[in-house]
This record gives sequence, structure tokens and C-alpha cells, in this order.
Amino acid sequence: MDLGPHAGFIIASYAICFGVVAGLILWVRLDKSQLDSTLKDLESQGLTKTRRTSKKPDIQ
Amino acid sequence: MGILDFANPTRFMKLTQLVLPWLVGLCAIAFAVGLYMSFFVAPEDYQQGDTVRIMYIHVPAAWLAMMCYSIMAISSLGTLVWKHPLADVSAKCAAPIGAAFTFISLVTGSLWGKPMWGTYWVWDARLTSVLVLFIMYLGLMALWRTMEDPIKAGKAAAILTLVGALNLPIIKFSVDWWNTLHQPASVMRMDGPTIHPDILLPLAVMAVAFTLLFFVIHLIAMRNEILRRRVRTLRLRAASAARPAGASATLQPAE
Amino acid sequence: MSSWALSLFQRELRLAVRVGGGALVGVLFFLAVVTVIPFGVGPDLNLLARIGPAILWIGALLATLLGLDRLFQADRDDGSLDLILMAGRPLELVVLIKCLAHWMATGLPLVAAAPVLAIFLNLEPTAIGAVTLTLAAGTPALTLIGAIGASLTVTLRRGGLLLAVLVIPLTIPVLIFGVSAADAAVNDPVPFMTPFLILCALSLISLVVGPFASAAALRFSSD
Repeated sequence: MDLGPHAGFIIASYAICFGVVAGLILWVRLDKSQLDSTLKDLESQGLTKTRRTSKKPDIQ
Repeated sequence: MGILDFANPTRFMKLTQLVLPWLVGLCAIAFAVGLYMSFFVAPEDYQQGDTVRIMYIHVPAAWLAMMCYSIMAISSLGTLVWKHPLADVSAKCAAPIGAAFTFISLVTGSLWGKPMWGTYWVWDARLTSVLVLFIMYLGLMALWRTMEDPIKAGKAAAILTLVGALNLPIIKFSVDWWNTLHQPASVMRMDGPTIHPDILLPLAVMAVAFTLLFFVIHLIAMRNEILRRRVRTLRLRAASAARPAGASATLQPAE
Repeated sequence: MSSWALSLFQRELRLAVRVGGGALVGVLFFLAVVTVIPFGVGPDLNLLARIGPAILWIGALLATLLGLDRLFQADRDDGSLDLILMAGRPLELVVLIKCLAHWMATGLPLVAAAPVLAIFLNLEPTAIGAVTLTLAAGTPALTLIGAIGASLTVTLRRGGLLLAVLVIPLTIPVLIFGVSAADAAVNDPVPFMTPFLILCALSLISLVVGPFASAAALRFSSD
């Protein structure tokens, strides 16, 4: 389809928008998989969410 | 109100797990319809030709950039005033998304301006205040990442966000208060929109699509942040119990 | 390259990009300076195009200065600086590696950001290319000369501002030739190469003088 004399600008705009959105989606997905594997790691070392022994309360 | 239901992180995780697939589906449909309408249904402008199609991403991105900051401002109130547990998670996750949308609106505006006005950039009130908004987003992202404790960082960022919220009305009304190169408001006006429905409808659809996209990414990012805090808590607990971390200890990357 | 040098280099890079490292904040400051100047001098695009190379150079200089106290301060605070000094490695080489890592984390992003910021200042493509090239050649000199100031002020608690004051006079030649080369690329009379080669020479000189002077200052401070 003919986008006129300034087609380059139109295509560049949509491409950049698509690229940035793809970057956002990539960010959240990569972050999630990294966090999942870290949690699995910690779990395999025996650390879980629930307290199994009475330790002193969390620092934060 | 439903907000109180979300106060518990575990409840939040469960609820968002149910809601997210629907949001993603709706978002994809909205973008499909919106993009189709932008290219094949909307007519070309009698003056600008096809370049007006850039408007269908430039304007929604700009609206989202401001809406995102408003959400951050409300979240900051939630942190400081109501002490809602997830408010600072919401604020932290909204910042990169808002910065991305501001970036899109600046770049697409620049690419639209070159063929139409003859220049990539001009220091008029609207462009400058959006650039300042972009710098504020980046500054907030930097502030979040310089403090180790997420709760303290949340409080500091909340104060900065609220002070910066003064910029939003300036952006919105800058094109009306000062004579600028950027065109004055034509959609959100007291007298109603001045654009023809043929152009207004694709714009509205794209705006809905972008809004849904924001919520999808925001919710996923919030889920990630909750997981990240869980990791941090577990690590702190391990360190305080003097448990050896083991050979597979992973690097903690910059957040 | 021996392995201790590589480990030190990797350590410096990793620390620079982590929480509290502040490497990319320099670029943000650069952006902020370039945004603020048109508020002061007015939005006249022709004026901005004429002084654009100078704005970019001054912005890069200020951004580098702000990042310099990261070079030794954090190490001194947690004791690693003493360990490094006692490790028996050539201190000049240690300083050189630290400066290289610091430049890659702080200076290189500034060089990368310069073409983008040049668009805000309405520079023409030749000027954009020239400014980026001169910044690429000159920012290492800024870091290396700055290391001298950083090591002189490492023992001070609030040494940041004093560091900037000490370093600025030493970096003025770099600034002069950097801006001169960038301007020469656009205006005809002076060829680009003359000031540019002098700029490169200044960087090479600082490659030697910086680490030696900085190491000497660190030795004095540790006594």
C-alpha cells in the first residue's frame, strides 16, 4: 500500500513503537524466568517461604 | 473496595493469575482492530496525507505517559497516606513502563515533526514539558535502584513522585497557555472533540489497546517485583541464620 | 593480560552497574544539563546549533566529574582500597585498570548519548559526528585526569566538590581542543585534524601522567 512521500517516517515510527513494546514484554518475561529459577535454587537449598523453626524476625 | 482485597500479596498473585489471560486476549484483539483501522479504515488527512497515521501511536503513547504518572502519583499517596502494602510495588513497576511510553511519544512526535514542521525538535512548551517528564521517570527509576531496602526506597520515591506531579497539568495545558508549534488540544476539551469521528474512532481503539497493554505489563511486573522481594527476604533470612549459601549462589543483579 | 588485572577489571565493571553503582546516572545528568541550558539561553535553534558542541562537551565534563568520586571512595569505605594497596601489584596499573573500567561504565555511555542529545540542540550531521568523535577521544582523558583528583581527595568525607574544583583546571585544555575540533569540522578555516590530533595527544599524555600521579597520591594517603 502506498504511504505517500514520507513513508519512511511512518514505518520508522511504527517500528520503533513495536520495538519498545517488544522490549517491555521481553523485560517482564526474562525477569520472571530469572526470578523463578532463583527461587527454585533457593528452595533446593532448603529455604522456603514458611518458617520451619522459630528464628528471630525478619530484618526489614 | 476491591483495593483492600489486593492488599495481601498472595491474594494479589492469585487474582492476577486469573485476570491476566483475559487482559492479554483483549489487548491483542484491541491492537489488531486498532492497527487495521489505522491503516485501512481511517482516511488520509487532506493536508498531511498518510503521515497523520503516526498520530495513532503518538497520541495514545502520550496519553499513556501521563496516565502512568497519575497512577504512580496515586500509588505514592497509597504508600505515604494509606500505607497500602502493594502501593510502592505498583509505583516501582509503573516507572519503566511510563518511561517507555514517554520515549515512544517523543520519538514518534519527532519523526512526525520532521516531514510536517521541517525539524526533529523544537523547544516549545509541550515538547519541553514531556521531555522533563521523561527525565523525571528516569530519575525515579534511578532512585529506586540506589537504595537497598525496597521499603525505604518506596517512601523516598513516593515523595519525589508527588512533588513531580505538578508537571502534569503544565503538560496538559501547555499547548493552550502558550502559543506553541504543537497543535492545541482537540480531543479532551470542554466543548468536546473537534476531530471527525472517522479519525476519532481508530484513535479511541488504539488508546484502549495501549491502556490494556499498560495494565498487562504493569500487573506482570508487579508479580515479578513480589517474587523479587520474596527472594530478598529468603536471602536475608539465610544470611542472618549464618547458613552457608552453597556453591550455586547466584549474583544479585541491579534491580 | 594477567588474570589479576582481568579480575580487577571485571570487579570494577560489575560494581559500577549494580545497585548504588551509579554508572548510568551520569547519562541522565548529561540529559538534564542539555535540557536545562535552552531554558537559560532561550530556544533559538540557530544559537543552540552554534554553541551545541560546547554544551555537549561541558555537559560531558560535568557528568564525568560527578561520577569520579566513585572511583576510590567506595573501596576506601569498605576497606578494599587498603587490601588493593597491600596486594603488591603495581599501583599505577591498578589505577589504570580502574580508570578503564570507570570510563567504560560512565564515559562510554556519555559518548553514546551525545548523538541523541545533539538532536535536541539542532546540530547538523557533520557536527554530530565530529562532537561524538571528539568526545570518544577526550573522555578517557577526563577520567584519567580526574583520577588524580579522586585519589587526592579520597581521605576526605565530603571530597566530591573539592575534587571537581581540583580537576577542572587540569581538564580545561581537553575541553578547549575538544570543542575546537568539533567546531572546526563545521566551519572551514581550521582543519579538523589539527585540534583533534592534539586532543588525542592529550589523552595519551594523561594515560601516563594520570596513573602515576594518582598512584603517588594514594600511597601518600595510605601512610
